[in-house]
Amino acid sequence: MSISAIQPVPFGRRIKRFMADRPLIPLIILLVILVVILQILRPGIVNERWLANTIKFAIPLAILAGCQTMTMLTGGIDLSVGTVATMSAFIMATQVVNHDPAAAILIALVPAVLIGLVNGIGVGVFRVHPLIMTLGTSLIGTGCLQVYQRTVIASGAKIPPFLAWLGTGLTYGVPNALLLFVPIAVLIVFTLRRTGFGRLLYAVGDNEGAARLSGVRYWQVITALYVISSVLAGITGLLYIGLIKAPSLSLAEPLVLPSVAAAVIGGTSIFGGRGGYTGTIIGALILTVLTTLLTILQMPEGARRILFGLIVLFVTAAYLRIIEDR
Amino acid sequence: MSRLIRRQGWVAGLLVLFVVLLVITKLIQPGYGSGDFGSLVRAVLPYAFAVAAQTIVVIAGGIDLSVGAMMALTSVTAASMMDGASEEYALFVVPFVLAMGLVLGAVNGMLIVVTRVPDIVVTLATLFVLQGAALLVLGAPGGAVAEWLRATIVGTFPIPGLPGISAWIPKALVLLVVCLCIIWIPLKRSKLGLSIYAIGSSELAAFRSGVPVARTKIIAYALSGLFGAMGGLALTMSTGIGAPIPGPYLLASVAAVVLGGVALGGGKGGLLGPIVAVFVLRLVRTDLTLLAIDPNVTAIIEGAIMVAVVMFGAFITMRGRQ
Repeated sequence: MSISAIQPVPFGRRIKRFMADRPLIPLIILLVILVVILQILRPGIVNERWLANTIKFAIPLAILAGCQTMTMLTGGIDLSVGTVATMSAFIMATQVVNHDPAAAILIALVPAVLIGLVNGIGVGVFRVHPLIMTLGTSLIGTGCLQVYQRTVIASGAKIPPFLAWLGTGLTYGVPNALLLFVPIAVLIVFTLRRTGFGRLLYAVGDNEGAARLSGVRYWQVITALYVISSVLAGITGLLYIGLIKAPSLSLAEPLVLPSVAAAVIGGTSIFGGRGGYTGTIIGALILTVLTTLLTILQMPEGARRILFGLIVLFVTAAYLRIIEDR
Repeated sequence: MSRLIRRQGWVAGLLVLFVVLLVITKLIQPGYGSGDFGSLVRAVLPYAFAVAAQTIVVIAGGIDLSVGAMMALTSVTAASMMDGASEEYALFVVPFVLAMGLVLGAVNGMLIVVTRVPDIVVTLATLFVLQGAALLVLGAPGGAVAEWLRATIVGTFPIPGLPGISAWIPKALVLLVVCLCIIWIPLKRSKLGLSIYAIGSSELAAFRSGVPVARTKIIAYALSGLFGAMGGLALTMSTGIGAPIPGPYLLASVAAVVLGGVALGGGKGGLLGPIVAVFVLRLVRTDLTLLAIDPNVTAIIEGAIMVAVVMFGAFITMRGRQ
């Protein structure tokens, strides 16, 4: 980097500076490149239906990645989101058989709040490493879900029509899931940028000691954060089951690691204090397009995973290079 | 000095816990004998290597999410190479697979050093890559293993003149102890071992005192890969096949590392604690099975124990600091 500073290449350097100042631009360029590659490989695939489908599948990933973004801003991580989403989806689908859908949804969100509370207390009060804490609670959650499954195995499950409408439906070619996602996204971006709570998250992640000395009640911030993260994950579960329409005990589990990847690709530092949600949304879109791309290449599952891992690594490394230049 | 006492105290406490659990097991199941102990050790074997792989990286200040995938890849490689091959061919397979683990681990470390991406993200990416490679090697569980390799972990280690004691020393335990000691003891006593602790404790301070940070980190990951390959081999040896989908080794390894008194920030702890911890965790599972508790409830109890122990440990550290 220092070499490029000495060399007199003003134009290239200006572009680099420009990209470093607006970290979203290289991400959007990458997204466009991926879409163009897709269009070249399979001409005509990029149409309205494809767009709607991509958005539909990117939304659950983007919300879960939002949980990761917020927890990562404080230097944490929330690996229990997959279990929480699966739990709320499964419990809702089985409770709706005997209850009103609204009541079922409320019941389904109870474990989400509980897990969030335990995570928050463990991380905030007892100072357990977030990785361990959330892995532990997700293990407990999965166990509870399996025990619960035994009790409802006879009653069966169904998906309320309005969740299916929300998950898969289109209005004038626009996915209905955006009705849920846009408010959530606006709320997260607004919270992070404009509210005191958002500033506290950045402060805690940037320098915990300084935040504490300036009067931040660390455990309260962290507990609130993990509860919010869990509730968001629970809502994602409800949306995701409307999309997938088949309740299972590992419904949202495959989304966990990609959600971390989406937040990292979007430029959120895993050590805290830096990042934002808009980048994460584009990160989720990039991963979704990438998955489609790898699927239409008709590679064996193994090769697809290899490419996925390599690309995630490459994108993150390249992106870090660009913003570190600041 | 007080830290040393506390650390040794933690390991001693774990050992006491293990013995108490053994006594409880004997009370639950009066017939619990040396044969059952042997099968416990055989079940622990792959977990123990996974834990060793995780421990060395965590001490160096990192974390390795690809442990399970590494074991899956080495396991399927070994199983598919030995499938239909002669017994002597396995003599070549074992070093080959171990070297493969070493190299892949070193690649992990190099990627972290070169790209400057956080460990957790790099190993997340290599998790996908290794898992994909494992699926390419063997699409479904299969393969075979040489008979003499299986025999190295079945049965007990004969000590002439002491049949009573030797019944309680399964071959698997001897194999585990030998494999771990052969790497760990020289490492711990060497300059390299000290460097690993140094970069885990403070990378900047280590760099300023002249420790080659990049090289040490790569070596730490390479050794982790080597332990991972041993775990993969142990998996193939105990099941007789290779399975491309990794088991719950990642979670178990992180849990045992924390339970064993190794700080996740790095620079603290040893190998003995995590290894004892993994025995404790597996024995708890055995006990719960013997008590005829629903295996799903077992998962809940295991998770709760893990969370409670970690909270307790963090609480103690907090009290000690004040």
